[in-house]
Amino acid sequence: MPRSLSLTGRILTRLWLPVVLAAAWWVSSAGSTSLYFPPLSKILAAVWTQWAAGPARAQLASSLEHLVTGYALACLLGVGFGALLWSLRHVRDATSPYVYFLYVLPAPVLVPAAMTLFGLGFSMKVVLIAFAAMWPVLLNTLDGMRGVDPVALDTARALGVPPARRVLSVVLRAASPQIAAGLRNSLQVAIILMVVSEWVASTDGIGYYIVNSQESFDYTGMWSGIIVLAIIGTVANLAFVAAENRILHWHYGARAVEGAR
Amino acid sequence: MTPVVELSKVRKVYPGPGASGGHVALEDVTFEVARGEFVCVVGPSGAGKSTLLRCLTGLAAPTSGEARFGGEALRSVPAAVGVVFQDYGRSLYPWLTVSRNIELPLKVRGVPRAERSGRTADVLASVGLADAGRKYPWQLSGGMQQRVAIARALVYRPDLLVMDEPFASVDAQTRFGLEDLVLRVRAEFGVTVVFVTHDIDEAVYLADRVVVLSRPPGTVSEVVDISLPGPRDQIATKRMEEFARHREHLLGLVMTR
Repeated sequence: MPRSLSLTGRILTRLWLPVVLAAAWWVSSAGSTSLYFPPLSKILAAVWTQWAAGPARAQLASSLEHLVTGYALACLLGVGFGALLWSLRHVRDATSPYVYFLYVLPAPVLVPAAMTLFGLGFSMKVVLIAFAAMWPVLLNTLDGMRGVDPVALDTARALGVPPARRVLSVVLRAASPQIAAGLRNSLQVAIILMVVSEWVASTDGIGYYIVNSQESFDYTGMWSGIIVLAIIGTVANLAFVAAENRILHWHYGARAVEGAR
Repeated sequence: MTPVVELSKVRKVYPGPGASGGHVALEDVTFEVARGEFVCVVGPSGAGKSTLLRCLTGLAAPTSGEARFGGEALRSVPAAVGVVFQDYGRSLYPWLTVSRNIELPLKVRGVPRAERSGRTADVLASVGLADAGRKYPWQLSGGMQQRVAIARALVYRPDLLVMDEPFASVDAQTRFGLEDLVLRVRAEFGVTVVFVTHDIDEAVYLADRVVVLSRPPGTVSEVVDISLPGPRDQIATKRMEEFARHREHLLGLVMTR
């Protein structure tokens, strides 16, 4: 096993590449007069004037609203249906081909259908995000629950844990590392669907802003939207990892001990 | 007086191919355990020891025959039965601290919080782990983890404690300590014990009676009364002529049949 680095060392190993790339972009684009590739300095200025302090803040807010609502729904539905399928073996056997069928369907193709069913507003975007992001959670929940150790279940029965509580505090808990993997996967899907749903026939959101800027030849605005998206993705992912490390610290602790033995 | 637990003509078949309709794990097993007794179950590997334990605790239903606890047929694990499994690493919940693992059976029995923590501290002290409550099971050694599992099975003061080869995966010195611990908590809690093991020395050292299972499919080939004086001592008891005699007799039973 490699010797563990100090905290500063770890931060440096993680950060050197993005810093180098950003610097390269900054330097190479500095004197650019190209309409399509404006200087990074101008893009970052736009991120500040448009997104942080300016009019695009409303687009950011409405995007985040779509994302948070849709993702929360996806998590609830995914874990809920996953647990339900786990407990009803016959339903599971009957539905599993369709579940995979829906899972492999690229969700963006559902945009037209969602528009037809739910119009162009808030609910269309939330439904689309929730529907697409539900599958990784659902399948990981189901898989994690099926992999629960029979000894853990026998123990629960021997201790007198009633059936409903066995599912909640033993099976779901034992499956939680895998459920977390599903939730993380779903977060990426949710962000993609947030943008895609705003591209089409929409009047708000980051996706709309990016397309609208591009169509009106405001390439600085377009690039600033892309950078804002990258920031949202990074922050969401960091928050997710932080929460995961806190909640699943027992899992990583136990695994580290196992690896050392 | 009704026995604490009894098996009568218990037969257990696991479904599968074969003339008898699957794998016959137990064939016509009958014995009973009286209140306060310490009974060990030994037998060659594959004799159905673990199946016997599952039928005895209500974790599994016999294919035919009956298992009774306190005179009533077993349908599930009764609230007054404690079980210690062989594999403590899989039986203790890694997401709960030692204290919370032990509190779980009290929680589901509706014991109020203040009493829960008092009883947990007491039982941890009984197994010699007074300071381990805040740790996680995986931070402890194997022997300590099995002591936590024993504490968790004792904390709700069961009438019957059933243990399935509990010390099979700890080293020899730790094992002797744990054997004496079991004898001590048995006296302290006044609990009836059924202890499954493949180790003849362990069975003779611990038991009042030893139930010997035959080669598979398992039946009871003999029940041996162990007439060793108590309290037992790892050195003095094992030096006794009677210990050697029981040991030889049981080894003969397990090896030849």
